[in-house]
Amino acid sequence: MAKKGDWVRIHSIVLHADERTGKIPEDTKKCDLEMWTKGFLQEDAEIGAQVTVQTACGRLEKGELVEVNPYWKHSYGEFVPELVQIDKQLREIMNFGGDK
Amino acid sequence: MALAKDYDSVMGRSNDIMKEALGFDYKQFESGSVAFDYEALMRATGYTLEEINRIQSRTGVGNTPLLELRNLSALSRKYAKPGYGARIFAKDEMANASGSFKARRAACAVAHAKKLGYKGVMASTSGNYGAAVASQAAMQGLQCIIVQECFDSHGVGQPEIIEKARACEAYGAEVLQLTVGPELFYTFLSVLEDTGYFNASLYSPFGIAGIETLGYEIAMQCRELLGKDPEMVVCTNAGGGMMTGTARGLLKAGATGTKMVAASIDLTGLHMASDKQFNLKACTTGHTGFGVPYATDPDHSDVPRSAARPLRYMDRYVTVTQGEVMYMTEALANLEGLERGPAGNTALAAAFSLAQELPEDAVIVISETEYTGAGKHVQPQLAFARKNGIDIHFGDPAAEDKPGVNIILPKDPGYIKCKNADLEHFRASLIKKSVKAHCPDKSKLTDADLQFLAEETKSDIAFVQKVLETL
Repeated sequence: MAKKGDWVRIHSIVLHADERTGKIPEDTKKCDLEMWTKGFLQEDAEIGAQVTVQTACGRLEKGELVEVNPYWKHSYGEFVPELVQIDKQLREIMNFGGDK
Repeated sequence: MALAKDYDSVMGRSNDIMKEALGFDYKQFESGSVAFDYEALMRATGYTLEEINRIQSRTGVGNTPLLELRNLSALSRKYAKPGYGARIFAKDEMANASGSFKARRAACAVAHAKKLGYKGVMASTSGNYGAAVASQAAMQGLQCIIVQECFDSHGVGQPEIIEKARACEAYGAEVLQLTVGPELFYTFLSVLEDTGYFNASLYSPFGIAGIETLGYEIAMQCRELLGKDPEMVVCTNAGGGMMTGTARGLLKAGATGTKMVAASIDLTGLHMASDKQFNLKACTTGHTGFGVPYATDPDHSDVPRSAARPLRYMDRYVTVTQGEVMYMTEALANLEGLERGPAGNTALAAAFSLAQELPEDAVIVISETEYTGAGKHVQPQLAFARKNGIDIHFGDPAAEDKPGVNIILPKDPGYIKCKNADLEHFRASLIKKSVKAHCPDKSKLTDADLQFLAEETKSDIAFVQKVLETL
């Protein structure tokens, strides 16, 4: 249960697949145009409920409640072994640290 | 009575919404045919270069350092013939508030919105411009909404774009994140209409005039430091604003001999509006997927007439590969101690190769760097590509690169070689598209139209007429 006033993320369908315009590739035409935004929940609600939020700039926006206390999950990524090979190669070519 | 908010109704009111949201009517610049008065549009900002510089100075924007990349210049010389290998300099635009040159565009647009009494600003952008507008709105006390194309239909977002959303929120903006597709413009217009905010478009004259200070600074800094103008300036090219504004600034400084080179990452074969291909690219900007359509058809942007018209200023257009840009980004950190990019290093990858065509005393300036952060960095962008099935290995990018299938990291710096794009073809393409859109009966084209098309393509009337014969 999310409480009124919680900071939440909501999801909505802007256009259903059959409402999309003609100038897009076939694979995209098969998908809904979806939207997410965040705001303060205006009433107590369960995940999955249709709710209203007040966004950062004070707008009211409706959508399905999908996340409470949303946070960023992107990172510096998993190790890519090629990168240390590039570093090693460049420092060897430039002879960093002088002759051994 | 409440206005109908369905797709057709909102799109049908596009012109009126734009007029309200920009503070002027683009009709005043139109001739009714192909030509429109581009310089009058640019003058419509009402600000001189000095005034823009003052606006930017108040908000932590501009006067960024010009850094000589000595180790990268020396590395490039190892692959050049004797006596060749120009000095490479970078305009460290990361030093702007919000971490990219986009702050120059935003400072000007937001200041104008404030002057006209708007309560907030809106921009449609998945790039650094969102953070720039949000940061400037925070400084100047306005509300801000950024609309992003961010996710595929599985809700998987590009890490680089997610980081940019985070930055917008950090500066207090509301971020609307959408799945792939050009109908994002409908959402943008609809919210613009509801809020009455200013359209801080990347392509408004304010957005372009703000970049002129960058070109002007490059000329002044080169004269002070080197006693001459740069032989070449390389601009990462996506929407065309960087090329347009920088070139205009250089010209305002009197640097008429500098060659202007556009550089984009080659993403040929990937469709930008494809849901499946959206996450098969490792760089979400600086690529040909934006660079070519915006150069050849600048007016398909979010304003009636774009102020970014890169073919007016471009002397040459080159492409590099994703792998080359990633390699150069790593090189910039390791050999120069500057962690920047990656997408903004597209021009650097090109400059590394172009430097080898010029003598050692020549000067090449790359017009920008940009901040690096979680998600917006070589490692997460390559890791994301690998997770999406992209084959990443060392090799020869020129021989093996296939966007959406692989990323070829050059097996040594000698394999970083930019390719010439067919600028004549792009020029012809712009002419054909303009005529088709504004004057399909070519017999009705006026002398002013021909002159306009020659200016649009940095060519001459003979070239325009030759192209028209093929229509």
